[in-house]
This record gives sequence, structure tokens and C-alpha cells, in this order.
Amino acid sequence: MKLRRVLLPLVAVLAILGLFYVGLGMDARELPSPLVGKPAPAFELESFFDPEVTITEADFIGEVALVNVWASWCVTCLREKPLLMELARQGITIHSFNYRDTRADAMRYLSRDNNPYTTIAFDPDGDAGLEWGVYATPETYVLDARGMIRYKRIGPLNAKILEEEVLPLIARLEAEKP
Amino acid sequence: MTGSAFKNCVQRHWTCPGALGTMALLATLVLAAFAATPGAAKPMMSPVDFATPEQEAQYQKLVRELRCTVCQSETIYESNAALAGDMRRRVYEMTVAGASEQEIIDFLVQRYGDYVRYRPAFQANTALLWVSPFLILVAGTLIWLQAVRQRRRALTRAGLTADERAALERFRHGE
Repeated sequence: MKLRRVLLPLVAVLAILGLFYVGLGMDARELPSPLVGKPAPAFELESFFDPEVTITEADFIGEVALVNVWASWCVTCLREKPLLMELARQGITIHSFNYRDTRADAMRYLSRDNNPYTTIAFDPDGDAGLEWGVYATPETYVLDARGMIRYKRIGPLNAKILEEEVLPLIARLEAEKP
Repeated sequence: MTGSAFKNCVQRHWTCPGALGTMALLATLVLAAFAATPGAAKPMMSPVDFATPEQEAQYQKLVRELRCTVCQSETIYESNAALAGDMRRRVYEMTVAGASEQEIIDFLVQRYGDYVRYRPAFQANTALLWVSPFLILVAGTLIWLQAVRQRRRALTRAGLTADERAALERFRHGE
């Protein structure tokens, strides 16, 4: 009887502390990415450089590639850009969405010899952004050669993430390519 | 109203109110929720062109049930974020195109995850969330019953002398 009187509250308190502990370990800011494992969503946009040219998801598909979402008003993108330049120098294909931007501003952002992107789709109204589940710039997806989304990073890339997650994944996807 | 006209309307009239504007908006929302009479004043951020009253009702319901994913604790109805504007616009366009409530929710869940729903669906990973209040109620009731039964048993416990029992009675009556 006495044992129960001590044991029961003890177990209850431990259970609650356990819940708190698990709760502390959770990151409320971690955002889910339901698109990972799914095919690249369809879209149809003007090319950034030529309004006459239409770009669709087919232009992003064919080889292992990154898809980066950026805007000239996005300071974090500007900070991420040298990293993308380095990736492009290493021969990694980077497609992109220019998100909620104007051509003039974005053109200044790129400046002529400072463009890491193979393809730029112009998305001034965030239409494709919604299809791709974009939260906020910058965001980066990894597509495999068949056009499946294999990875998504919300927020800027950094050297650690590149070395530990993105580059090994790209190497693996290149290896499994038919 | 065409799609681009709607966009203009979004850009021109759905501008960001400041803190005061947000308060006013919340007040309007609360009033609207309580009044809920047809013909009540429309909140300021509503598109007006719906083919049927059902469509409008669906739009008004959905924008209050979907989370603005970048602001985390606002619905897309309350939020001034650009993304919330995009999501409202998409809900509007799909509603006018005749999509059902479920189709629109599914569309957004596919892209942004369950997170986009302000009212979590009842499914495997949310079962505990929905059931726990009732579990706690049941557990509390059981503990309470147990305590009552124990107290009652203690009162009728044998093994006391007549004197002791009399003393206990006096004590219970506060003498």
C-alpha cells in the first residue's frame, strides 16, 4: 500500500519528464518536405533570359542536378551564392527558379560573369513556387537523373551540409544512373 | 474577374496592415465568427467574385483552416506574408474552378505536408494527440474512484476498540 503511494506518483512524474525530454529534443522550426521521393512537380514559366522561351519541369530533368530557388531581394541567397559558384565550377548542374523578383533586379544580382545557374525559370508570382512547396528563399532540391526529388534543403546551403549530405548524395545518384 | 485582375486586387488591396491593422482584422474575424449572419460586413481581405455562395463559404472556411507555413502560428487568412497571399490566391482559384474542399486541402498537403492544416487530421501519428484528453479523463476518474473506495474502506476497517471508534467519530465531527 505504502509502496503504491510512492511508486504511482513517481512513475507519473517520470512519464511526464520523459515527455518533456522528448519535446525538448524536437525542433518546432523543422519543416517537413513531403515532396522528397516524388517526381519534380510540373510547371510552365518564361525563361528568365528570354520571355519567348518556355521552361517546364522537363528542362530540369535528365541528369543529376540541383534546383535552387533564389531572389535578388534575398540576402541569404547572396551569401549562399559563392558556394553555388563553386559547385558550378565543379561541373554540377544547377537549375533555378527566380522567385518573386523582377528581371532588372535579378539581372543586377547575377551580373554577367557571376551566374552559377544552367537554367533560370522566371517565377514572379510564385506560381511554380507553390507547386514545389517553396517556403522561403533560398531553397535547394536535389533531383536524380529520372527527375525524382531526392533531397530538399530549406534555407541556405553551407559547407558542412554540402560535405555531409549533398555531395555524397550527388555522388551516389551519379553512380546509380543507368 | 480574370486571374490577372485578381492578382492586381491582391497587390493593391491586400497590403500589409501594421500591428493596429492586424488587431482590427482579428476583431473583424472574431465578430464575423460570432455574428455569422448572412450579409454581415465582409472582412477587408476577401475577394468578392464567387459564382455561388457555397464557393464563397468554402473559401472563407479554408483560408481559416490552412496554416501560413512561413509564419507558423497564423492562418493564411490572418497572415500578411507573400506566401500566404499565394496560398489564398490558389485556394480562391481552385474554389472558383470547382474544386472541393478536400481536393484543395489535399493539394496543399501534398506540397507542404500535414503541417499546413491548422486542424490536424485524425491519423496514425496524430491519434495520441486527439485521444489523450480522453485518456487523461479516464485515468483521472479511475484514480478518483480508487481514492474514494480506499477512504470508505478505511472508515469501516475492523480492529478498532469501541473507545477508538467513538474517538474517531468525535474527531470526524470536529469535537
